[in-house]
Amino acid sequence: MRQEGILQHSASRLLGLIPTLLVLITIAFFMIRLAPGGPFDSEKILPPEIKANLEAKYHLDEPLVKQYFRYLGQIITLDFGPSFQYKDWTVNELIARGFPVSLTIGGLAIVLAFFLGTLIGIVAAMRQNTAVDYSLMGVAMLGISIPNFVVAPLLILLVAVYAGWLPAGGWDWSVQRMVLPVVTLALPAIAYIARLTRGSMIEVLNSNYIRTARAKGLPEHLVIRRHALKPALLPVISFMGPATAGLITGSVVIERIYSIPGLGSYFVQGALNRDYTLVMGVVIFYGVIIILLNFIVDILYAWMNPRIRYNEAQ
Amino acid sequence: MLASCHDQDGEFARPREKRDQPVELVLLDDGRPHPAVLAEDQTVIRGNGEEPQTLDPHQAESVPSANILRDLFEGLTTEAPAGDIIPGAAIRWNISRDARTYTFYLRRDMLWSNGDPLTADDFVFSLRRAASPATASPSATMLLPIQNAREVLANELPVEDLGIALLDKYTLQITLTGPTPYFLGLLTHPVAYPVNRRNLEEFGDEFSRPDKLVSNGAYVLRDWKHRVSIELEKNPLYREAENTIVDHVIFMPIEDVSVEVTQFRSGALDWTNEVPNNQFAWLQRNYPDELVISPWMGSYFFGFNLEVEPFVQNPELRQALSFAIDRQIITDKVTQFGEQPSFALVPPGIEDYIPFVPEYADWTQEQRNEEARRLYELVGYSHENPLRTEIRYNSSENHKKIALAIASMWKQVLGVNTSLVNEEFRVFLQNRQQKVITQVFRAGWISDYNDPYSFLELFRTGDGRNDYGYSNSIFDAVLDEVATERIRARRSRLMFEAERILLSDFAVIPIYSYVTKRLVDQHLKGWQNNVMDHHLTRYMYKLKSREAEETVTIETVVKEEEQ
Amino acid sequence: MNSSIDLQVEDPFAAAMIEVDVRGRSLWVDAWHRLLKNRAAVISGIIMATMLLLVLVGPALSPWEGDFTDWDNTSAPPSLETGHWFGTDSVGRDILVRTLEGGRISLLVGLVATLVSLVIGVSYGAIAGYYGGFTDRIMMRMVDIVYALPFMFFVILLMVVFGRHIVLIFVAIGAVNWLDMARIVRGQTLSLKNTEFVEAARACGVDHHAIIRRHIIPNLLGVVMVYVTLTIPQVILVESFLSFLGLGVQEPMSSWGALVNDGAQDMESAPWTLVFPAAFLTVTLYCFNYIGDGMRDALDPKDRL
Repeated sequence: MRQEGILQHSASRLLGLIPTLLVLITIAFFMIRLAPGGPFDSEKILPPEIKANLEAKYHLDEPLVKQYFRYLGQIITLDFGPSFQYKDWTVNELIARGFPVSLTIGGLAIVLAFFLGTLIGIVAAMRQNTAVDYSLMGVAMLGISIPNFVVAPLLILLVAVYAGWLPAGGWDWSVQRMVLPVVTLALPAIAYIARLTRGSMIEVLNSNYIRTARAKGLPEHLVIRRHALKPALLPVISFMGPATAGLITGSVVIERIYSIPGLGSYFVQGALNRDYTLVMGVVIFYGVIIILLNFIVDILYAWMNPRIRYNEAQ
Repeated sequence: MLASCHDQDGEFARPREKRDQPVELVLLDDGRPHPAVLAEDQTVIRGNGEEPQTLDPHQAESVPSANILRDLFEGLTTEAPAGDIIPGAAIRWNISRDARTYTFYLRRDMLWSNGDPLTADDFVFSLRRAASPATASPSATMLLPIQNAREVLANELPVEDLGIALLDKYTLQITLTGPTPYFLGLLTHPVAYPVNRRNLEEFGDEFSRPDKLVSNGAYVLRDWKHRVSIELEKNPLYREAENTIVDHVIFMPIEDVSVEVTQFRSGALDWTNEVPNNQFAWLQRNYPDELVISPWMGSYFFGFNLEVEPFVQNPELRQALSFAIDRQIITDKVTQFGEQPSFALVPPGIEDYIPFVPEYADWTQEQRNEEARRLYELVGYSHENPLRTEIRYNSSENHKKIALAIASMWKQVLGVNTSLVNEEFRVFLQNRQQKVITQVFRAGWISDYNDPYSFLELFRTGDGRNDYGYSNSIFDAVLDEVATERIRARRSRLMFEAERILLSDFAVIPIYSYVTKRLVDQHLKGWQNNVMDHHLTRYMYKLKSREAEETVTIETVVKEEEQ
Repeated sequence: MNSSIDLQVEDPFAAAMIEVDVRGRSLWVDAWHRLLKNRAAVISGIIMATMLLLVLVGPALSPWEGDFTDWDNTSAPPSLETGHWFGTDSVGRDILVRTLEGGRISLLVGLVATLVSLVIGVSYGAIAGYYGGFTDRIMMRMVDIVYALPFMFFVILLMVVFGRHIVLIFVAIGAVNWLDMARIVRGQTLSLKNTEFVEAARACGVDHHAIIRRHIIPNLLGVVMVYVTLTIPQVILVESFLSFLGLGVQEPMSSWGALVNDGAQDMESAPWTLVFPAAFLTVTLYCFNYIGDGMRDALDPKDRL
């Protein structure tokens, strides 16, 4: 019964992806073009003849609606078109090059954050209101309180420039170059996850069935592992969907400070340069990822929380 | 793990603090370095600002692209280390008496990097491609002095009508619409570089990629890791290959200036594109030998919107506002890097041109403040009835600080109430162009060629770049004369006159003239400061370290003993 | 009071019925007493009150004005002699006054934007989660769509259409931040609505709005409070990111985020431009955190033993 519900649910969610994406594309397409300025504006303003040639080349001289349908026709074939800013590359290529990098760093960061964060959260919850709790959470809070544009240069200065242990930045897929970015990216996520885990763990530990479990004389670590862990992780799982999507699609701050060729910069650079095709490409890509991840989170949520029943009729 | 990293010194260089000193430079009689002082590894790693947009020379417009293209390609003319225009692919040229026809004689033994011979026909093909509407080159502005270029770009004439004629296999004639003394300089711009026709036909839009790009310069493209690095290696077929010492150049795209400095300090760069604005004192103290500052072909100024109140027909007010700014403080305390405080539009350092210097440039700031207060009251403002205005600038640390400083000076000297408006770049550009909501705004100009005309023509009535709404028929008339004048001295005097008119109208507030500032590893020599900030890698070479020299000797001794 | 707890333990159905009446009145009073017993929260509260007072009154007491540029002391280190206790920035502005003035903006942005996201997020998430089914799917799909939109464009558009105003920063940040809140609240609601006391209330014919208001939302408060304390620093940092992109508060106004951002550029050459604003920022975020924790513990209905 429950299994069937999930399958049914999955199918409808996946079908629902198409209208969602269509709305997303439509909103993004028109929003981007409403922003003032165009992709070929610069301080050295082009003579009208040259500007007209450029606009004709990229079909920007057509009516907006025509451009919109042209674009829709184009992305059905999964062709995101050429980038306006990086003229030698197509948007597909840029995403194909940037995503593996962001996925690696973001994926490592989220895995690190998940394990470290839940661990800190559980320990703090078990020792609620003790010195252990306070100091663990105090340290974790540093991850949220210090912005990553401070942490990153500070780490570079200490670890790369003064100590010379790791390179200051750049990218060649080597582990040395991943350490600092992954740590910087994971810090706030560790703090968030630790806090969420601690909060919900305390709540779960105070619930009736845990009391019952304890009353039966089950040792505390077994209580946690067998009964408390799953429900306590529910808010964390909720958080993981968007957090993972955010981390694996890159961070503009990390990429800029560590000179990493990830996806994150395209969101900001593409927007600032009015690189319409690039922005549309990353927006659609990000949209697909986040919808998929939320979907996975929902499944996980259902799996971990038997109280949710998908086939339930209201 | 950290310990193991520490051991692998070869993986990445040690911090700059522990770096070795280079050996003394010894030059041969012909000015080249003595082979004994050269480092074994002639790889130069250059910080290069943001990721280049393209390596198609005809599509490129950004400085980072141009830096790389200058190493990959060579135009009819090229630049010496100090920036003088010297023969490139053309060994010599004739200029007709009316200064409108240039005949270029090409070197006869030149080859493309794929082995094809390089002939005049390649240049005809390439210049036509650059001017063709289908190419839609954003830099085609540089070609406008060529006859019929405007019509070709506007698709009114076929590209064959462009004023370029092939005289024979090695001779080429270019006809201009008017005398353009800086034309030889324009030919060093990437838009005038040749592209290989066969290469283009084979790969189409993808010709500018590694493994595909065919070039004619000192280097060829070896690898392009998008947003990581662009690697060039020496082109053995280049005409000066045997005198080119650096055999690998790696351009690193690093957007953030402070990041560039940390990378340099950690030893990952030999050359930075820039250094952060307010770290002068610190850099001066810690890297005095690496810090290089030199004048640049650009002016930093603020513009008035002359189409709105209160600035229309109000030169006295504009003068008061200009006078109340202490430029010395801005260059000493804010920009800090030895920028020249300026009262003129055209920066110093242009050949054959003495910029106009108004008499008040020699006054003390107190005198100027006095005069500013007098004028301010003259046009009806006072502390009780202050001027309310705004300064608009695009988001940037430097612009912000200068705007702040100016607002503070206006407040302290005149009591002006200034609000600051910081806008995202494209929004800023659009507002500036529309000339409706702007009042005082950040402006500035860095020229693509070494000529005052580049600065002056921005203020011609109706020019697309005239965001100031400046319109003065006498000024326009003088500019028209400049465009047709072929005698250099007279042309110079006319431009001087135009600049004088513009500055007497107080259409802009000149603040300072730009400098280039960067860190350069002491091992890297052979380059020279120049106002265009063009540095071809083929002139550079790397000295070996003192320590390395000792090690070499020891090794040699050991080997000898073994033998 | 006591009877309610006993009932809750032994008979959730009856507890739910009584809660409909009792809870509304006593929850907050009770929680307040609980909060006062939490030492960390109380100390944090006192620090925040002091901070608030400093930020509001401090600039008026200082001999310097926030936009005054002291050209004789640019990038000057902290010193009693010059009168710049926290030093000056690169154009000679007093860091102390700037930090206090920046605090006003940061706290305002943090509080208002969080409030906006709280109100939108909680009601949206609770409704979606409670009604479930088709409503839920449509509502969450809308969240997904807004999630995937580029934040930058949203902000630029707001700035262009309505002009530049600090209220817009609240709106922009709040309008983006409610999404996380809505998702988390929805998730919690989904699990809450199948609990016994909600089912009991439903069985007794209590209408949906009343159930959401009286049962779902109060029970969400714990998680929401924790999330709010996480949202405030997030909002303050988002604001600084906006300043960084040129879309934040206008100079000469400032905010802690913007000051820290500036300071980070000169952390080696002028560390005081980073350290002082960062200290204020960090202390504030910590305090919000402990107050939030305290509130969570105080509001947690299951913890009232």
